[in-house]
Amino acid sequence: MEPKSNSWEFCEKPEIVVHETDLLVIGGGMAACGAVFEADRWATPQGLRITMVDKAATDRSGAVAQGLSAINTYLGENPVDEYVRYVRKDLMGIIREDLVYDLGRLVDDSVHLFEEWGLPVWKTAEDGKSLDGATGKRSAPLLKDGGKPVRSGRWQIMINGESYKVIVAEAAKRALENNRQATGMAQNHFERVFVVKLLTDANDPKRIAGAVGFSVREKKLYVFKCKSALLVAGGCVNVFKTRSTGEGQGRAWFPVWNSGSTYAMAAEVGAELTMMENRFVPARFKDGYGPVGAWFLLFKAKATNALGEDYTETNKEEARKHYGDYVDSMGTCMRNHLMIMDMKAGKGPIKIHTDVAMKKLAETMTPKEIKHLEAEAWEDFLDMTIAQAGVWAANNMEPEKVPSELMPSEPYLLGSHAGCAGIWVSGPEDFGPAEYHWGYNRMTTVKGLFTAGDGVGASGHKFSSGSHAEGRLAGKNMVAFLMDHKDTPAFKEDAEDLAKEVFMPMETWGKYSKYSTDPNINPHYIRPQMLQKRLQKCMDEYAGGVSTWYMSSASLLDEGFKYLDLIKEDSLHMCAENLHELLRAWENYHRVLAAEAHARHMRFREETRYPGYYYRGDHLAIDDENWKCFVNSVYDRQTKTWNVFKRPYHQLVS
Amino acid sequence: MPSYVIAEKCDGCMGREKTACMYICPHDLMALDPATRKGYNQEPEQCWECYNCVKICPQQAIEVRAYADFAPLGGSVIPMMASDSIMWTVKFRNGNLKRFKFPVRTVPAGSVDIFADGAQADLAKIKQPGFYSHHARGDELPVPPPLKS
Repeated sequence: MEPKSNSWEFCEKPEIVVHETDLLVIGGGMAACGAVFEADRWATPQGLRITMVDKAATDRSGAVAQGLSAINTYLGENPVDEYVRYVRKDLMGIIREDLVYDLGRLVDDSVHLFEEWGLPVWKTAEDGKSLDGATGKRSAPLLKDGGKPVRSGRWQIMINGESYKVIVAEAAKRALENNRQATGMAQNHFERVFVVKLLTDANDPKRIAGAVGFSVREKKLYVFKCKSALLVAGGCVNVFKTRSTGEGQGRAWFPVWNSGSTYAMAAEVGAELTMMENRFVPARFKDGYGPVGAWFLLFKAKATNALGEDYTETNKEEARKHYGDYVDSMGTCMRNHLMIMDMKAGKGPIKIHTDVAMKKLAETMTPKEIKHLEAEAWEDFLDMTIAQAGVWAANNMEPEKVPSELMPSEPYLLGSHAGCAGIWVSGPEDFGPAEYHWGYNRMTTVKGLFTAGDGVGASGHKFSSGSHAEGRLAGKNMVAFLMDHKDTPAFKEDAEDLAKEVFMPMETWGKYSKYSTDPNINPHYIRPQMLQKRLQKCMDEYAGGVSTWYMSSASLLDEGFKYLDLIKEDSLHMCAENLHELLRAWENYHRVLAAEAHARHMRFREETRYPGYYYRGDHLAIDDENWKCFVNSVYDRQTKTWNVFKRPYHQLVS
Repeated sequence: MPSYVIAEKCDGCMGREKTACMYICPHDLMALDPATRKGYNQEPEQCWECYNCVKICPQQAIEVRAYADFAPLGGSVIPMMASDSIMWTVKFRNGNLKRFKFPVRTVPAGSVDIFADGAQADLAKIKQPGFYSHHARGDELPVPPPLKS
């Protein structure tokens, strides 16, 4: 294919808006909201400017956009080192214990703020009964004053979280407005502006200097000049073929708008990535992907195969052959593995016996209490996965009366849930090995570029509250960075050239779309939707998607890289009919790089560290002797090659 | 499945500051048809069914029809937002109905006070662990105890 170029012959040139700030936040989710809230306290008295750029509307952006029914990280009475042990166990022994410990000792402060800002938190009354968040606020103390939450697990608390993100966003917007008024900026909160690329200093390519994006509402290119940036644009969804491939492909477990932008943009400026081989495969209610946590933990439901066997028991000894004692710690991936063994053996469907659990709980309850319990069970879905309620309604299934099928989903890349893909960051101020510390807490290996939430690798199980807290940590440390670095970096890129690059897919559309009678079938370009499908097919078949029951190997990956390289080339031939499709084009450009990072890391790690998430068929066992370490990588944007290497794991907690 | 807009009820948010569904959709799916001046979901296979367009619509013109590639017809899940609570009506294919009401917030929208703690950041402590709030309270933060060898 001839390289594409943009001479503005077929696409009207956009207006170029240049915005200068000190602290730029890219993203609008929990981590972004935490960052601007904390940074405001430190930055505003010094006149430092804060700007937040969100590709959606902050009230409902990020992974909490739909709401949540629980906060999964609230330590309360639990010691911090126990939290580290829990995360380490779930993530198969390799985590950055400094980062996880640091998060564990700070996270409750964010949860206490959420409650003060109006998030309803369920409380346990003196008689042991649960109170919803509104009643709880009236009749029980706040969490920070010793109020008892309703724990669905050791680390999880129940909330009425339909408006969770709206509440957290309101606090963030207040902080931004406080900063705007104090610094005299005309605008410091941009919604519907999608940042596609980071820019580094002309003299120091390892220092952040800005970012470029475009409005999905008006034809405008935004060039941001900054001294420090926080990259918190979420994890990555839709890189693998989805189980539902029609309309239902949008029903991803993680939000479909998480397009790997965090990983891709970090990689392109040479930030070191870590554990990108890790992924998350949630086993959830089939098709709707509704949450199972409350059913398993709070309502004590059991799952079995079609023979009524508890697969976590019956398959244990077989699994032990490859995975040894890791079977006993039963991390999330291992639980998947034991389930998948039965599914592959034809012992499915695997069902969760919600009906039995409800009947058992109801034995000692009054009819009114049973009604309350039923509402609690349904709220679990209606707060955060409404589609699950829709699937049940459509199938005449009431989970309190009939069991439901479970299914492990297509894979996702993320760093905040039961996964740990992400970027390598500097550790906490006051402890941890020197190797994990090169300056500012949560700063990447690019000077002035920070991350949090799904962006920080090797430290999962932060969830919503931990992402907010980690954003606050990054926000505070960005201010510390700014206090030490008063000079202004400058990128060499010219705004006109950036505009040409960003809007090239629209020029391509203008130039070629009339060539064929159906613009969908045209030899000169690929529509972003089709590029996504190509990527999904490639990853599915070679990098261990659902079609192969998550099986891959060196030979499969090497074959897949041939296709992936061509997908990468063709990503520069995407077209965009309008700004909406331009958004999709750049999202998929990011997806391709995130997917490649994942596959390159998988290729490098010669073991099966995460059975149930993916398998290296050529190395089916866990190999602690050679692989109890981090796999990190640095991407070279010029040569388009990856340098993948090991970093040592240091245990900090017994 | 995708959200859909009931033609008769949608007024395109004419006369309002913004088109509500377009404004809120996290995935930029809701669009306004320039010919009919009514909203529609421009990419249904990308819809997360997050219901944010349904909840925000001032005309209650938006509903969700479960994903056609795996869900049978006939069910519906419809929310009704109030300032402090949400009411859900779940209608099963067989006509069974369930209704639930849950609180959504305990502080009215627009009155979140982030400065209620009256605490200021102590710039001298910016390189010490913890948030401004930990410093203000004088909280002592734990560190991992040394590992026994």
